[in-house]
Amino acid sequence: MRALLIRTPQHVLAGGLALIFLFPLAWAAVASVSPQGGTAQTDGWGFGNYVTLANYQAGVGQYLVNSTVVSVLTVLFTLAVSVLGGYAFAMFSFPGRNVLFLVTLAILMVPYATLLIPLYVLLNQLGLQNSLVGLALVLTMFQLPFAVFMMRISFEAIPNELREAALIDGCGSFRALLHILVPAVKPGLITVGLFAFLAAWNDFITPLVLISDSDRAPLPLAVANMRQQVMGIVDFGATQAGVVVLAVPCVVLFLALQRHYVRGFMSGALKG
Amino acid sequence: MAPTSTLVAPPDGAQAPPGTPGSRPRNRMKALAGWAYAAPTALFVLIFFIVPIVLVGRMSVSDWGLFTGNEGINAPENFTDVLDDRLFWPAVWFTVKYTVVTTLILLALALALAMLVQEANRWTGFLRTSFLVPSALGLASASLLFYALYSPQSTPLGFLGIDSFLGTPNAALWSTVALVVWRFAGFYMLLLLVGLQGISGDVYEAARLDGAGRWQTFRYVTLPLLKSSLALCTILCVTGSMLAFDQFYILTKGGPDNSTITIVQLVYNMAFFGQNNLGRAAALSILVLVALLVVNALQFRGLRDKES
Repeated sequence: MRALLIRTPQHVLAGGLALIFLFPLAWAAVASVSPQGGTAQTDGWGFGNYVTLANYQAGVGQYLVNSTVVSVLTVLFTLAVSVLGGYAFAMFSFPGRNVLFLVTLAILMVPYATLLIPLYVLLNQLGLQNSLVGLALVLTMFQLPFAVFMMRISFEAIPNELREAALIDGCGSFRALLHILVPAVKPGLITVGLFAFLAAWNDFITPLVLISDSDRAPLPLAVANMRQQVMGIVDFGATQAGVVVLAVPCVVLFLALQRHYVRGFMSGALKG
Repeated sequence: MAPTSTLVAPPDGAQAPPGTPGSRPRNRMKALAGWAYAAPTALFVLIFFIVPIVLVGRMSVSDWGLFTGNEGINAPENFTDVLDDRLFWPAVWFTVKYTVVTTLILLALALALAMLVQEANRWTGFLRTSFLVPSALGLASASLLFYALYSPQSTPLGFLGIDSFLGTPNAALWSTVALVVWRFAGFYMLLLLVGLQGISGDVYEAARLDGAGRWQTFRYVTLPLLKSSLALCTILCVTGSMLAFDQFYILTKGGPDNSTITIVQLVYNMAFFGQNNLGRAAALSILVLVALLVVNALQFRGLRDKES
């Protein structure tokens, strides 16, 4: 009885907090299809705001394609580089290993803005200005400290017998990596991939600086620009629809992979 | 497991014993293989990190316009221009204020949430997911969402009786803090939860046997044992807040009256908006880098002192 008396207010408080956290997302989803003045959806419920969004400049389809290309490329680059790098750092000793690892981690210590100013100039010189590939390469670099660290501890967590078994002669180190070790670090791969996807899909300041051609803008940039289309008058309905389109893939991925994500995160954090 | 057991490495002596010819080329081969695997990382770090760092150093001492390009060394003009900029000190002050307020509120709330969902059952599972979902959103998406949430035209928050969420400097600061707390509380909760679960039940049992109350247990058992998790959260939160950009760029655009311009926004404005001066922006961004390194060094030092 006493436990119940202590518990009930706690449950009410926690439930209330959960509702407050869920409210903004639920509101955006509902408001985007509900009738509001000053939007494309003035009477009755419907998808008028999404139609506005679909017809905005190059069309939401184009921005979705831009975002998808950048995100997929970033995930692929990040996974490829960090699996090879993590394998090297965990399994081999070579001159310069510690220096390279520390310099990779040092990327975390440098503000985005400090790197984006010179990268803007550098990408112009490399002929990668305004390019989605250039954007994905830069986003991959920002992911590397976390990704390489995560893959390194994932490889190091593999039981010794399996590592040695995979490395003896007769099974080249690359085949060992591909067939034996990569399956063993799957939770780490999923965590790294998910983080890279979410970071690339959501990044704002990097495309803001590196992409000036509005047809190549990823979705967050396009939705943010859309607010300024008519001076002073903002179509909030279209903004809400844009937020929903931006949020849906992230929330779905997050919920689907939550178990992997939390587990990978926890095992990593405990060892780190 | 049967197939792998046949692969178990033979005893050390059966391979190349140390000292015999053959062990050295083997090591060299291994080092070469290591470098081959590390090469993509090294290339990325070189081209997209080391070269830009060198370049930003050079830009900071050069007359480098956005459209004109490099027009030669002008040191130390960029740095003095930055310090003389009328928005520089207000931006520093605002960034510090925002960082302190955000870090205190965010960590206190995250700790409370972590304690609330500590036990594992279906109800706390639902709570954890609810608190974590905003963390899946990008900061820019969350800012756009709150931009609509706060605008007088579409807000559902009229019942709170707040005239304007973004109209005065103070309101704009607190509204942005609310957005950031909503977006990040779950993430820090997760980090602290990892720390909480590392504390063994025996310690709590011992505290209970000694007659410690709930508050005493929290103050003298939980908090000290959570120190390294809290430290990690503090460092992440302080770093993130010092570099705040998206939320202010989208939500307040630095307004009202330039009262919410952060340092990184000033870097962006100097480079691409108005001044179009990459050299000056590079100089300011180097100052930001130095400030960040100093603050983090101090935080690490403070932690080490406390631990010893």
